[in-house]
Amino acid sequence: MISKIAKYMLKRGIILFVTVIIAVYLTIIIANMGGYVDEIVKNELYLSISQSVRQNPAYKHLNDTQIRALIDAIYENSLKTIGFDKPFAYRSFIYLKDALSLNLGRALFLSSDSGSRSVRIIILERLPNTVLLFTTTQLILFFIGLFAGLFLSRRYGSIPDKISVLLAPLSSLPGWFYGIFLIIIFASFLRLLPYGGMVDVPPPTDRLAYALSVLKHMILPILSWLTAYSFINIYVRRTFFLMFSSEDYVELAKAKGLPESLIQRRYILRPTLPPIITDFSLTLISSWMGAIITERVFNWPGIGSLFYTASVIFDTPVLVGLVVIYAYMLATTVFALEIVYAILDPRIRAGGT
Amino acid sequence: MTLPRIKQSIKQLFAYKSALAGLTIILILIIISIYTIFAIPYSRATELWRAGEQHWLDNPRNAMPSWINIFSFKKLPETIVLNTEKPQSGVSKAIIPVAEKFSKIKIEFSFNYEYDDFPSEINLFFKSNFNTSAPQLTIHWVKPDGKDIILNTILVSKDDRYYMSSDDKLARSLRNMISREINSTINYNVPVTILLFAREDDTICNVDTARVMKGNYRLWIDGIVFETNVNLDVKLVVYGKVYGWAGTDHLRRDLGIALLWGTPIALSFGVTASVSIALIQMFIGAVSAWFRRSVDALIQRITEVFMVLPFLPILIMISTLYSFNIWVLLLIIIGLTIFGGGVKNYRAMFLQIRELPYVEAARAYGASNLRIIFYYLIPKVLPTIIPSMVLSVADFVFLEAALAILGLGDPLAPTWGKIIDDAYTNGALYKGLYYWVLEPSIMLAATSLSFAMLGFALDKIFNPKLKEM
Repeated sequence: MISKIAKYMLKRGIILFVTVIIAVYLTIIIANMGGYVDEIVKNELYLSISQSVRQNPAYKHLNDTQIRALIDAIYENSLKTIGFDKPFAYRSFIYLKDALSLNLGRALFLSSDSGSRSVRIIILERLPNTVLLFTTTQLILFFIGLFAGLFLSRRYGSIPDKISVLLAPLSSLPGWFYGIFLIIIFASFLRLLPYGGMVDVPPPTDRLAYALSVLKHMILPILSWLTAYSFINIYVRRTFFLMFSSEDYVELAKAKGLPESLIQRRYILRPTLPPIITDFSLTLISSWMGAIITERVFNWPGIGSLFYTASVIFDTPVLVGLVVIYAYMLATTVFALEIVYAILDPRIRAGGT
Repeated sequence: MTLPRIKQSIKQLFAYKSALAGLTIILILIIISIYTIFAIPYSRATELWRAGEQHWLDNPRNAMPSWINIFSFKKLPETIVLNTEKPQSGVSKAIIPVAEKFSKIKIEFSFNYEYDDFPSEINLFFKSNFNTSAPQLTIHWVKPDGKDIILNTILVSKDDRYYMSSDDKLARSLRNMISREINSTINYNVPVTILLFAREDDTICNVDTARVMKGNYRLWIDGIVFETNVNLDVKLVVYGKVYGWAGTDHLRRDLGIALLWGTPIALSFGVTASVSIALIQMFIGAVSAWFRRSVDALIQRITEVFMVLPFLPILIMISTLYSFNIWVLLLIIIGLTIFGGGVKNYRAMFLQIRELPYVEAARAYGASNLRIIFYYLIPKVLPTIIPSMVLSVADFVFLEAALAILGLGDPLAPTWGKIIDDAYTNGALYKGLYYWVLEPSIMLAATSLSFAMLGFALDKIFNPKLKEM
């Protein structure tokens, strides 16, 4: 039995890894505009070399053709050092290898707040901000959906249930959109909360004051997402629980006279939990990519706004780095979930597909 | 789906109040779209939207919509345009040849100013056809109390303008004059508009207490030109603080154009995207489920690759590289999503359907693969996907807005997202120009809510399992 699971996992693992490779390679092609970004980099390199040579007093005695030859020579050399003497098609595979081994290299234009050009440091500097904001948001959303859904599925047809069904269409408007309204109300009109950003300027030196300031800045973004996605979450969960509570074994449990809370826990929640957990973990991982527009509306210095800045100025290494990290996180999560289910699911244990 | 069934579904649909409300809003939006397409052709709309400030010079900057006056005690001024080229009451022009090489010009504008707030700007525009000698003009200002002030004496070129409200020298001299008269100094940087229109007493010393002197104002120009047969036309624009039914933006553009044109663009964008994506995804799902084996495996692997790629970032990357028009953008969005997660759902549905007896019967009589897919598989699933198709219209309407807010939309098209983006980058929320953000937002919200309400009702009709709940 173990060998069956192992064989299945190996197969899935390989498939997932190949998927990641292809996705990352596609990103490299797109982010480099099929090699066009190279031309930008080369032009800039040539320009900076020719400037430094022409301004260097040591070469003052050279005539124009000599200077040009010198520039070309230096240029060719620097191309070789950064590996640009090879064609793009060849280099794209080197990029792929580096990306997959998480050797993310240096950013073309961006630098971290601490002044580093390393893509890894730039990303790691922003990642905690996004994780902080969106993990908090997703956790709150998850529990609201779970408990309100359970509660309403028990009181199906009651007034709160009808209201929740009525409000579900409100979730067709995205979080950032509610964000704009919340900014108008709480920042612009009432002047209670900040317009955006993550911490007061200048940042408080005291630890506690710093944390409180961050918390204050988190209120509006979190609130905007809760307004947007609570209703649909509650609606979906409620419907989901309702479908399961009409299963025969639930009816049987009721007929046996088991207490309501036991039925909920053991007969409704337990069988529905796996898909709910899968859903939640995938949502959580994709939320770490940052919500680009929410982060822009609230000026939140996270991964989403980093992605935006990087794509506007064509900072390919940063873009590729972000996609690689995302793809790895997603693939690992999927893989981990599959292991768990493979062990739990009798069908897979029995050797089906 | 047979005709009676469609009829029955429609009947069921009308039983839901939310669906009815949604349909009504959609109908209104469609009427607005049709009106817009015929009233302002697209080419003209984009032209107007990109015309730059020159074209909109007679409009106030950042003016609120006019109907705001209905709701406020303080009547905000409309824009007053008086032009000697267009004869109307309150405008008079006389050019009198006095001697052989010498003409006198007298131009007079008079208008009633009964508003509670000061104008936002005052400009004079001149057009003249002299040969060598430019007209010399003395500009007078007469307040309702009859006091005549000489504002300036200027020489105008053939096509000239005088931005009175940004003339600092004028502001200083007026301020000194009024300070002397009311015997107290005005301490703040008082704009020309207030100096020209305020009551001259102690209230003017503070920007919050300054009150408009209501009544009949006159601006008259006394000029001489050392030529005969000279013509001079002058236009006086007293810019208000309200404009039209939608207001204006920072470039004096009428927001109404973008609000109107945003409607057909949003509708066609949202509907095209959601319908074509759903249909293509369904087709791919059907192919995958019908052929099984290698075709299935290939399609599933491609789907997984697309699921690993973060959609919005990739879309942003592609649209930064090429700034294309909105329809190419639509094609790219469709291209990026046709292998999305939906394919897996459809495949799961088709896997069940392909085992049904009637499909087997079709295969037995020798129907081709395509025939089975199009005539036997897809029609079975089609009704169940209508709700999600309607629901996802809202997503794509907002996707377009989101791209515009990131500055990546069609640079030409006047859309709702564009207005929000302009408002955001020009700090509308800090400056309290709420109408600028609220108007397009309300349109966006109405559009997506209407589709969402309809979609939820359809969901209950087509997925009867939900209806019981």
